Amino acid sequence: MKALSIRGLRKVYKGGLEALKGIDLDVNQGDFFALLGPNGAGKSTTIGIISSLVNKTAGSVSVFGYDLDTQLVELKRQIGLVPQEFNFNQFETVQQIVVNQAGYYGVPRDVAKQRSQQYLTQLGLWEKRNSPARTLSGGMKRRLMIARALLHEPKLLILDEPTAGVDIELRRSMWDYLEQINKQGITIILTTHYLEEAESLCRNIAIIDRGAIIENTSIKRLLATLNMETFVFDLDPNTVKNAVTLQGFQWRQVEEHTLEVEVEKSKGLNSVFEQLSQQQIQVLSMRNKANRLEELFVNLVEQGRQSGSKAGAK
Amino acid sequence: MSGFNSIALKTIWIKECTRFLRIWVQTLVPPAITMTLYFIIFGSIVGTRIGEMGGRPYMEFIVPGLIMMSVITNSYSNVASSFFSAKFQRNIEEMLVAPVSTAVIIAGYVGGGVARALLVAVIVTLVSLLFVDNVQLHHGLILVLTVILTSTLFSLAGLINAVFAKTFDDISIVPTFVLTPLTYLGGVFFSISLLPGIWQTVAQANPIVYMVNAFRYGFLGISDVDVGVAMTVIVLFNLAFFVIAYQLLQRGVGIRS
Repeated sequence: MKALSIRGLRKVYKGGLEALKGIDLDVNQGDFFALLGPNGAGKSTTIGIISSLVNKTAGSVSVFGYDLDTQLVELKRQIGLVPQEFNFNQFETVQQIVVNQAGYYGVPRDVAKQRSQQYLTQLGLWEKRNSPARTLSGGMKRRLMIARALLHEPKLLILDEPTAGVDIELRRSMWDYLEQINKQGITIILTTHYLEEAESLCRNIAIIDRGAIIENTSIKRLLATLNMETFVFDLDPNTVKNAVTLQGFQWRQVEEHTLEVEVEKSKGLNSVFEQLSQQQIQVLSMRNKANRLEELFVNLVEQGRQSGSKAGAK
Repeated sequence: MSGFNSIALKTIWIKECTRFLRIWVQTLVPPAITMTLYFIIFGSIVGTRIGEMGGRPYMEFIVPGLIMMSVITNSYSNVASSFFSAKFQRNIEEMLVAPVSTAVIIAGYVGGGVARALLVAVIVTLVSLLFVDNVQLHHGLILVLTVILTSTLFSLAGLINAVFAKTFDDISIVPTFVLTPLTYLGGVFFSISLLPGIWQTVAQANPIVYMVNAFRYGFLGISDVDVGVAMTVIVLFNLAFFVIAYQLLQRGVGIRS
């Protein structure tokens, strides 16, 4: 069963901007799916159309088999949306916001109140239930939007950059929570600028740029296409007596006792360690320099733009 | 969108009532103070020199008009400011992403506007009792129908204003430059029979004349216009404004990209 199926989706805004150029996209039930793309790529427009906040120009969208054009009520019931911007009434209390939202979905008020205790407790907001939303911290407001999106118990949760501006500790706790609800069976679609987030949470990914999907595959398969990685070696200063040399690798000494080495996947790291060992240099620690997905993302977007400009030149 | 979501309707209505009750100092107290001043100045001070109007003491004559004036301004401003705030803060999206039909959104907001207007009408009526000896009821059904239909009409008008509004200034322009002149010229303080020839005909183009007079008929049994015509005009305006509001929201004007 497809949680989401999009065919030939196009959006042209009033000013003539073509935000989506006929995209196709499928997300399986139970998936944790990442939708990545630079600013203005079309992520929020796609999410806006799925959640019926934006009118599409052409194409079709279905959620768990319910068509956007002909079965809108049922389609809407399947979706919980966590938008990028805070879009709740800042003067209402935390509990009023979530209970009202459930009411819009037809959840009776007494049931909504019971559920509000469950979800606000899970997200650490129960103590704040009577506080006006404007008094919450940024992280609490983000969690409030997640609770609000879950109260009608949707099957598909869409999060548009849910951890933007959230500190690391809170981000990690939100990741844990999202993983937990995904395991319970909720399909999750996530857009994010934190590529580490997509790499650690999501199983499948689509990369969108200038209104077109330029990659749609599993994260594992995507990472497997990466040939070159950069590793950072921190060396023991007591063991670095002479200038360091490394044969067969692109490398540079970024600080007195720190090396950056580019390593082809096929070559592996053994030779680096062997050569350093021969020079009697001890490695204190080693780490992957860049986020692997970030490198791929940048490469894919650049390739897509180059091929686009070549096609345009023809 | 098919299917009547009664829980959503109740939710919007409760939310709207909670909103104007939470800010009661801004929503319920000002009409009481303003109307008290109107009763003192136009009723007690100026009114005693005017004598009778339409065969009634001037103070009695203006009571229904002043209640109707409060109903009009409060129903309009309630929906205009609430719906525009929902647009401004983007919490209108809470309803747009949910299975809430356009008719339910309109009914919920209008229900809030009508509730505030009725509450204000009761407050102003209580204030008027301080200035007139007895408030008689000539035709209760006409009275109730007029106040409900008028508050519904101006709630719809406030909603349409909010749909087009892009700034907070835009929701004060219509009340200041359209609503207030129409209300003052709508026979609140005078009988339009006092106007010279052609101006009586011009005055009949003002829809507020029909509301004020139908309401005055319900209270005092006097009216400058035929009550049947007045009720028909009010109902027709309601239908027209509902269709406009429905079309605007259904097309997503001002709320969907």
